[in-house]
Formats: sequence, C-alpha cells, structure tokens
Amino acid sequence: MSIPKDNTGSPAVIVADGAEPTYDVTLTVNGVHRVARVPARRTLSDFLRHDLQLTGTHVGCEHGVCGACTVLLDGAPVRSCLTFAVSVDGHSVTTIEGIAGSTGGAGAAVLSPVQQAFRECHALQCGFCTPGFITTITAGLVELPNPTRADAVDMIAGNLCRCTGYQNIVDAVLRAAELTRERGER
Amino acid sequence: MKPAPFAWHGPESVGEAIAVLAEYGPEAKVLAGGQSLIPLLAMRLAAPAHLVDINRIVALDDVTVTAAGVTVGALARHTRVEKDPAAAIAQPLLPQALRLVAHPTIRNRGTTVGSLAHADPAGELTAVLALTGGTVTAASVRGERVISAADFFLGPLESALAADELAIRAFFPGLTAGSGSSFVEIARRHGDYALCGVGAIAELDDGGGLRALRCGYLSVSETPLVLDLTDAWSAGEQHAAELARAAVDPVTDIHASAGYRRQLAAVLTVRAARQAISTARAREVAA
Repeated sequence: MSIPKDNTGSPAVIVADGAEPTYDVTLTVNGVHRVARVPARRTLSDFLRHDLQLTGTHVGCEHGVCGACTVLLDGAPVRSCLTFAVSVDGHSVTTIEGIAGSTGGAGAAVLSPVQQAFRECHALQCGFCTPGFITTITAGLVELPNPTRADAVDMIAGNLCRCTGYQNIVDAVLRAAELTRERGER
Repeated sequence: MKPAPFAWHGPESVGEAIAVLAEYGPEAKVLAGGQSLIPLLAMRLAAPAHLVDINRIVALDDVTVTAAGVTVGALARHTRVEKDPAAAIAQPLLPQALRLVAHPTIRNRGTTVGSLAHADPAGELTAVLALTGGTVTAASVRGERVISAADFFLGPLESALAADELAIRAFFPGLTAGSGSSFVEIARRHGDYALCGVGAIAELDDGGGLRALRCGYLSVSETPLVLDLTDAWSAGEQHAAELARAAVDPVTDIHASAGYRRQLAAVLTVRAARQAISTARAREVAA
C-alpha cells in the first residue's frame, strides 16, 4: 500500500498495488460516527447498504427517477443514488432507520408522526418506496408544516409508488402534519 | 448499474481544480451536484477516466446580488439560488424557472452553474441565461475568460468550455426598472423535462406602453433560442405566436411530436408574454 502525496483533498486515498484506489469516508449517520473504506465510485446508497449494512434505504432505479433512495443530507432530502459517498465525507446523513429515533425521545422507539400517519392511512402496500417517501415528507413538513392537499401532492411528486395509487400517501402527508401539531401542543 | 472506475480528485480550491484539469482535461469530467452526470455514469453513457469533484471548494458555494444582477458560484445548489430573497428581487426569472427544475430533492443537490455547463437545451437555466443575456466565467491555468450566453451554448450537451476549463460562476443580469418576467412550461408530469418552456421579459416605457418583449425557449431547439417579439406583439398577440411557431426547430421524440411542440411554443409565448407584461405593470404601480 502507498499513500500518494498528490491527492489534494481528504479523505486519504489508499492504493493497493493493481487495485482500484479506496478512500476512508467518514459520515455521521443517524447521529452515529461511521467510517468505511470504499472506492470513489461508491454511491451513498450503496455505501449505506453495503458498507454500513443499513438496508432501510432502498435502491430502485439507480438513476434518480424513483426517489426510493432519498435520505436527508444535513437535513435536506437528496437522492443517495446520485451522490458519491466520497463527495459527502464529513457530512451528516439521516436514513429511514434514524427517523423514529430522531423524534421518539429518551431512546424510546416511537414512530415518527410521518411513520404513524403512513400506518393509520394505509399509505403503503409492498413498502419498497416507503423509506424514500418518509424521508422526503419528514423534511417537507419541516419546511411546510401546514400543507394543503395540493402542497402534499407537490411534496411527493418526486417519488414513485407502484402500489398505492398515491391517494393514501397524500392523506398520510396531511395526517402527519396533524400529528406533528398535536404532539407539539402536548 | 454502477459507474465504471475512475480516478477521483477532490480539490479544495479553484487553483487545485484547474491544475488537475490542465493535466487530465480531455479525460476528465467535473462533478458538482452530479444530478445529470451521475445518471450518465451509472448507465455508462459516460466513463471518464478522471473525475474532478468540486464539492470541497466551499468558496464556490456563493450567491452574490448587486444592482447589476445575480452572480452564482459553481457550487451554489439550485435550492439556494431559488430561495435567495435578494436574487428573487434582482432577477425574478431565477426563482420562476428554478421551481420548474426537476423536483426539490434534485434541486437540493444539483447546481445552477452545473446545469449551464451540462448545456442541455431542455434545461430551464440555459434559457434563463440566454434570455437575460448572462455570462459564464471559465477558469483554467491559462487564466479566466468571460463567455456570453450567445457564445456559450454550441449544441445539445455541448458548451464552449475547453477541456481544461472550469466554469466557476455565472452572471444573470438583473431585471431593469419597468420590466416584468415570466416563465411557463408544459411537462407530462410535474418535475419532468418540459415538452416546451418559454421565459419572457417585457419592458415598458414611461407611458406604460411596451418597449421591448423578448422570449427564451427550451426543448424546441438545439441551443437556447431567444426571440425579439416586440414588433410582432405590437401587431397583435397572434403575430407573436406565429413568429414563435415558425422560429422554433423542435424534433419528434417519444414524448411529443415536433408539431405539438410548435403548437406549445406558440401558445406558451402568448401566456408568458401576457404574464410578463402584467408583472411589469404591477411592478410599475408598486414602484
């Protein structure tokens, strides 16, 4: 192994003879400091799933159309399949695994308002697309706490679901907003 | 699919980035937001040997608004530009067009300058740069140069940037006093590529009459098309619509026929122009 000096940015490149160079990528994932050594072409979605074994983030189309892989990068929803892990070294990521914990408090595994709304409104069937919807809506409601039905449709327009026909997901956005308000009032 | 292997470079300054490009330019691609480039890599439509990742050059994550207009650094994400209140006042076409760029999730990562460098004639920002008469500044070890919108777009996905150049910022001139703007488009689904889009800038004279009307088009020509419709509009809305219908050069694809796109160009010209003129009147009343 050798560490070339001409590499300009962190993370450090590690080159095994004849092999693809790898990089130590450090992320804060759901509040936990995580490191893995990966090639530069590792997408954030594969980094989470393969290298960190966080398989809650789903990979559908792998080119940015379906939204299943949406995670929160420093709080903002992004397509993890359209982001290289090496590009976001040092940043914070919230995945579906971190959604409940982030609002449950005291370590209790309480469903977040969005998760509870999905359950109440039957907003999922097979569940493949659900992690992307939940992360998108969680961030969407922070920005727009009192969405209209049209706002809710707009909020989920970048995510595809092949089961539900979307109506129950739209209901869940509105219900989640309601639950968030109720919990906030307590 | 997964991207093919590439050598990754993570420069932390423009100087470092252009040094890498000077060495590997013809074999390198610049990665900013990656919302167009990474799908191309994933589908292996592109397989550059070197990737120059500018996400660490924090100095380029910048939006500056002056009386002259809006300067957008190469790492400013669409969302940041879209939500910048001063930029929205200086050049309302920016938020008017940016809200139509894909979905918010894509805009959180994609960059405005990256979208210009991608030079997709279906991209909203290419039309805005052309319509406002903006510029792109390119840096290389040979120095910096400012490229006008008219010279920047050479063809579909082809810009005037040389292999060793990095687009470091774009400048969008501000809307002048007494002017109004509008941006409308038709897409099959919200967030999809537009079948046709039209941006308009209307400028009024002191008496409230129309002094100038220009429209910029996307998805109906190989490079962003800008038409001066001042005289045509004065002769009647339909004259402007017919001028647009004849001037655009769309192609038929699976999404729409060329004829339908021509029809959209004509209809959207009237829609965008009306909105721009009424916005200009409203701004005049407010001022």
